[in-house]
Amino acid sequence: MSAAAQPSLADDAAPVLSVEGLTKLYGDRIGCRDISFSLWPGEVLGIVGESGSGKSTLLRCLAGLARPSAGRIAITLEGESFDLFALDEPTRRRLMRTAWGIVHQSPRDGLRMGISAGGNVGERLIDAGSRHYGDIRAAAEDWLGRVEIDSSRIDDRPGQFSGGMQQRLQIARVLVSGPRIVFMDEPTGGLDVSVQARLLDLLRVLVRDLGIAAVIVTHDLAVARLLTDRLIVMKDGHVVEEGLTDQVLDDPHHAYTQLLTSAVLT
Amino acid sequence: MTAPAQQHYNYAYLDEQSKRMIRRAILKAVAIPGYQVPFASREMPLARGWGTGGMQVTAALIGPSDTLKVIDQGADDTTNAVSIRRFFSRVAHVATTEKTRAASVIQTRHRIPETPLSAGQIIVYQVPMPEPLRKLEASERETRKMHGYGEYGLMHVKLYEDIARYGHVATSYDYPVAVAERYVTAPSPIPKFDNPKMNMSPALQLFGAGREKRIYAIPPHTRVRSLDFEDHPFTVQRWSTPCALCGTTKTYLDEVVIDDRGGRMFVCSDSEYCEERREAGHAGAMLASAEAMKLVDARQPEDAP
Amino acid sequence: MYVAVKGGEAAILASYDLLAETRRGNPSVPELRLAQIREQMGTAVARVMSEGSLYDADLAALALKQAQGDAVEAIFLLRAFRTTLARFGSSEPLDTSTMRVRRRVSATYKDLPGGQVLGPTYDYTHRLFDFTLGEESAATPEARPADAPLDAVMARVPDILGQEGLLEVEQPAAGDPAPTDITRDSLSFPAGRDVRLQTLARGDEGFLLGLAYSVQRGFGHNHPFVGEIRLGEVAVEFTPEELGFPVDLGDLTLTECQMVNQFAGSKHVPPQFTRGYGLSFGHAERKAMAMSIVDRSLKARALGEEVVYPAQQEEFVLYHSDNVEAAGFVEHLKLPHYVDFQAELELIRRIRAERAAHAQGATMPEAAE
Repeated sequence: MSAAAQPSLADDAAPVLSVEGLTKLYGDRIGCRDISFSLWPGEVLGIVGESGSGKSTLLRCLAGLARPSAGRIAITLEGESFDLFALDEPTRRRLMRTAWGIVHQSPRDGLRMGISAGGNVGERLIDAGSRHYGDIRAAAEDWLGRVEIDSSRIDDRPGQFSGGMQQRLQIARVLVSGPRIVFMDEPTGGLDVSVQARLLDLLRVLVRDLGIAAVIVTHDLAVARLLTDRLIVMKDGHVVEEGLTDQVLDDPHHAYTQLLTSAVLT
Repeated sequence: MTAPAQQHYNYAYLDEQSKRMIRRAILKAVAIPGYQVPFASREMPLARGWGTGGMQVTAALIGPSDTLKVIDQGADDTTNAVSIRRFFSRVAHVATTEKTRAASVIQTRHRIPETPLSAGQIIVYQVPMPEPLRKLEASERETRKMHGYGEYGLMHVKLYEDIARYGHVATSYDYPVAVAERYVTAPSPIPKFDNPKMNMSPALQLFGAGREKRIYAIPPHTRVRSLDFEDHPFTVQRWSTPCALCGTTKTYLDEVVIDDRGGRMFVCSDSEYCEERREAGHAGAMLASAEAMKLVDARQPEDAP
Repeated sequence: MYVAVKGGEAAILASYDLLAETRRGNPSVPELRLAQIREQMGTAVARVMSEGSLYDADLAALALKQAQGDAVEAIFLLRAFRTTLARFGSSEPLDTSTMRVRRRVSATYKDLPGGQVLGPTYDYTHRLFDFTLGEESAATPEARPADAPLDAVMARVPDILGQEGLLEVEQPAAGDPAPTDITRDSLSFPAGRDVRLQTLARGDEGFLLGLAYSVQRGFGHNHPFVGEIRLGEVAVEFTPEELGFPVDLGDLTLTECQMVNQFAGSKHVPPQFTRGYGLSFGHAERKAMAMSIVDRSLKARALGEEVVYPAQQEEFVLYHSDNVEAAGFVEHLKLPHYVDFQAELELIRRIRAERAAHAQGATMPEAAE
């Protein structure tokens, strides 16, 4: 079990993210309802379910992109805990650019397509206050290397990159500022299988090395098994099962989870 | 405008209500240095983009005891400068001058005079695009948030891109500044050569954008910092030759094509400054031939302002 | 040449004379009188009044004469005059149901109370030259009066739809606050409907026409029907503070267009029709129709529709529809820009020189500014 390899789970007393009774309604339609869980430092949590199960809605609320209809999201950073949606907008916007990061399913949503790869990575450092061109460029080169993009491509724009490279660039852009929490929405969606495998491998190494807490939304149980420590299974906006990833996948209790896992196995 | 028209229009063209509204916007602008104050810009009898913002600011400030100087591209005798000066001498009956030192109000497009401004003077900039972030973010709603929250990272991303691509910041005019370490502000399309003159200037600097309906200000003795990186500090343009007419090496130069064989001479963009130096006996390499060819007036007694 | 920028004042004065001479044209041809423009170029006068936002046919005629028929220049002249006028206050709301109708057509009902009134329209003229207009004619054209007078009050089509609850309800905000005056307050976003309608009413006819056309061609999701177009005279009433009751100030000729559009409805709102509104001074159907389509298109965000096309983006439409601003800014490019251009020249020369030095194999340290 990958979670057992993470010492941070036991060491840290407070969860980095804790969610209580989170509900998001779109008019009469339920996006997600009464979700509660905690995310611990260094832990990778997977949210799985079919399209329309509410997992993307949940992620958007967690990431501060959509305001929940009810419930509370508490974030703990540097030992200080605060309610995400009680923050004023500038503080929330600043934290979104520094302390946490979002990897979108489509790189176009997460990258500035008119700006070079180096500029995309450098923006987060500039947001965090860096005003030294050489330092910014060196950090961008370093991060391009870590996501296996040749540093000779630093001045190319994302449009000149393949889909897999764009996704790796997005990850570098998010991770460069040393976020505490990363939210990923189907990070391997839309990529072909061999590219997916390489990206998953990279993500696994980066998340483990940096000790980042992550929430990954996916409909792909193989992705969930490879990357996550713990799983939440969602259906019709509700959580139907949760537990350690291996337990949930190997010994599903809820009928819906059984259906999901059997669909993968066959 | 024909003579009877003057009876149809108020002093300095704008009605007093409009002037009061503009003065309130100016006061707010002075109180929040670098912040773009929205104001209900009036139509002016000059086309949008031709200085209607600057004219409204000037019209709201000017009185019969003022002395007005108007420059465009640094020169007093370019057609639009002449047109605006004529307008105010007609509708506000003010004295006009070409002497920077003699002016109480200087309306300008694209330059700051070379002669340092002094306390008590007001310089009014004509501004086409007051929003320094507009080329990076098209939405006004979003740019107002960015200013409000001090989110200026994107501006440095643009500078980063320039240096990565060209080795330089490729903005040579309208170069963005931070005013009083708070608001990032467009200095109007002055060459970046003029940016340092804005810093700690003893004069009041007012900016009017008529079409975009914004007024902003830099009060006297306010810090104005051109944005840069620590390892790529802001610098200004330099020329390898001195002014061909007055011999100075300290000014912003215009390039004048003097024949159809590619001949060029570089001369002060600030025509009044150049003339003052020539009157004081300074001569550049081409002054004599320029006088002989009647490219410039031969030295003559000073006109009364 | 250096001297070319000298003597600007003499050149400007000479340009006035040249302009006056050009405007007058061949002096053997009689000079236009303002009354001729006002009476015989009525739609041009109407456009200048609408987009100049001042209902004064004589001044609009003067503007057209002074501008040699250039509508945008004439609109500019009228605006620059309007801006200096004192404000007395706001009129009472106009009631277009009491319009003395000269033309009223609906595309949604074959017949309706008050009837279809074709009135003066180019719609069913064949666009063939009437060469007799090229000659002066002694005969005065005269139209035969109708057999019976039209109804004094004609319900507007949206009122009829509204009775059935099929049209979205549009109510003034609580307390019926005075509408924003866009000539006294600058635009801010999101813009209220009052701001939007005023801006569109002043907006350039050609710009709005192009936007409306784009909506119809699929760059927008509207399916408009002309609920009604009406043309006629409406009384303007004003209540002076010292009197406390409304006084009739006179009549305005107005064209009003109410465009009815489908709306799929949402969870909370059953499917219904929505309204686009257009109003202009004088007879100006094309403008009023284009305005009403764009007005409806700009409701997209409020109705929860996807906002993807130019005609749905309020900052895009409202910031760019004013032809006085647009013309001024585009045309200001002919002003001298040589200071900025010099700065660009210097930069490009420097970068090219550095590149050339690099290419020659010189081991230069990294270019520092």
